[in-house]
Amino acid sequence: MFNAYENNSLAFDPQVCTGCAMCVAVCPHGVFEMNHRKAVLARPRACMECGACQRNCVAGAITVESGVGCAAAMIHAAVRGQKEATCGCC
Amino acid sequence: MNMTSSPLVSLTTPKPKLLRTTSRLTAADRLDHLLVRIGYRRDQHRVDPGLYALGNPTPDAPVFVTSNYTLSFDALRSALGRLDAYILVLDTKGINVWCAAGKGTFGTEEVVRRVWETGLKTVVTHRTLILPQLGASGVAAHEVKRRTGFRVEYGPVRAKDLPAYLENRRATPTMRHVRFGLADRLILVPVELKHRFVPMLVAAILCYLIGGWLSALAAVTAVIAGCVLFPALLPWLPTPNFSTKGLLLGLAAALPFALAVVQLYQDWPLWRVSGQALAFLLAMPAATAYLALNFTGATTFTSPGGVRREIFRYIPAMAWTFGSGLLLAVGLALVGWIGVA
Repeated sequence: MFNAYENNSLAFDPQVCTGCAMCVAVCPHGVFEMNHRKAVLARPRACMECGACQRNCVAGAITVESGVGCAAAMIHAAVRGQKEATCGCC
Repeated sequence: MNMTSSPLVSLTTPKPKLLRTTSRLTAADRLDHLLVRIGYRRDQHRVDPGLYALGNPTPDAPVFVTSNYTLSFDALRSALGRLDAYILVLDTKGINVWCAAGKGTFGTEEVVRRVWETGLKTVVTHRTLILPQLGASGVAAHEVKRRTGFRVEYGPVRAKDLPAYLENRRATPTMRHVRFGLADRLILVPVELKHRFVPMLVAAILCYLIGGWLSALAAVTAVIAGCVLFPALLPWLPTPNFSTKGLLLGLAAALPFALAVVQLYQDWPLWRVSGQALAFLLAMPAATAYLALNFTGATTFTSPGGVRREIFRYIPAMAWTFGSGLLLAVGLALVGWIGVA
């Protein structure tokens, strides 16, 4: 059955990872864990694309298309003809 | 000679303006929280940005960073209890930490600016800032370190875990995990209702004119299902997608109305009874599903990519079913008025 949340844009390159563990600290959904002084994707499907890991990864090992996960904001942007959704209610 | 009274010192390092606060929440604070939760002047619950002294902090007291939304600031200061500390309040335009981080107002630039503007370096001897974990989507810790000399330490998600965190400056996986429990969801209901109240009233009046009190009640029920029952029942509703969760809930809400038509209008011909019942079964689930999809922004786990896929996949279907249900109801009403039946 169709699950809109099954896939996400999170990509992690273990080759580039320096093992600083910042991603483990900032992720609110436990997506990353440490294993042998490197980060690993423990729960990639729990990613909500908030972008905290990418922003705090000094090595640049993480990419994710982050944004506002809010239908109201996206519909509002679409109706207004804006390209990017910004939320007004929170 | 007393160095602090030297004119040269006061010229080169102006005494930082220090605001004061306490960890005690007053009745006025509680009232403010209540007003926030019912959505009264939502963007006006602000604290002045700047550096605050909590208790009697010494130069080695910890520095906590937060947003200038009263709920965020109050959650932080009340969690710190009898601790002497500094609180650096960023200007996030009265928006909470996580949402402001998403927008970038709780961001690297603002942290750097506030650190310099408040003269924090002359106030504390250490070089560590404790930020809420959810601020991380707006702040690059290494950038802050490079531009201010302050090391950013991400504390727990929830301020109430700070005392436990401060014991050894370590957050357990539980403290790092954002949740969305029943209480977290229910507290959002009044604001959801407030947003939908006027549209709901208009819809109810229009529905009353088209199909009488049963239709008016159906409109109210569909909205209540979408913004009260949906948040409450969220984890127990089947399917991962919000649209289909809402559709099923809306269908459950529409069923009694379809049955009521059969019960109430026994003198109607079969085609009219089934038509009216079908109108409820088409329009109500679509309306509830739309409201359910709109709740994604209030949750703590929906990804923008997923929400976008839901919008493309389900919004057209919602529009079509809602439109046909409405057309059917209007058509049947016209038939009734002309007196064909």
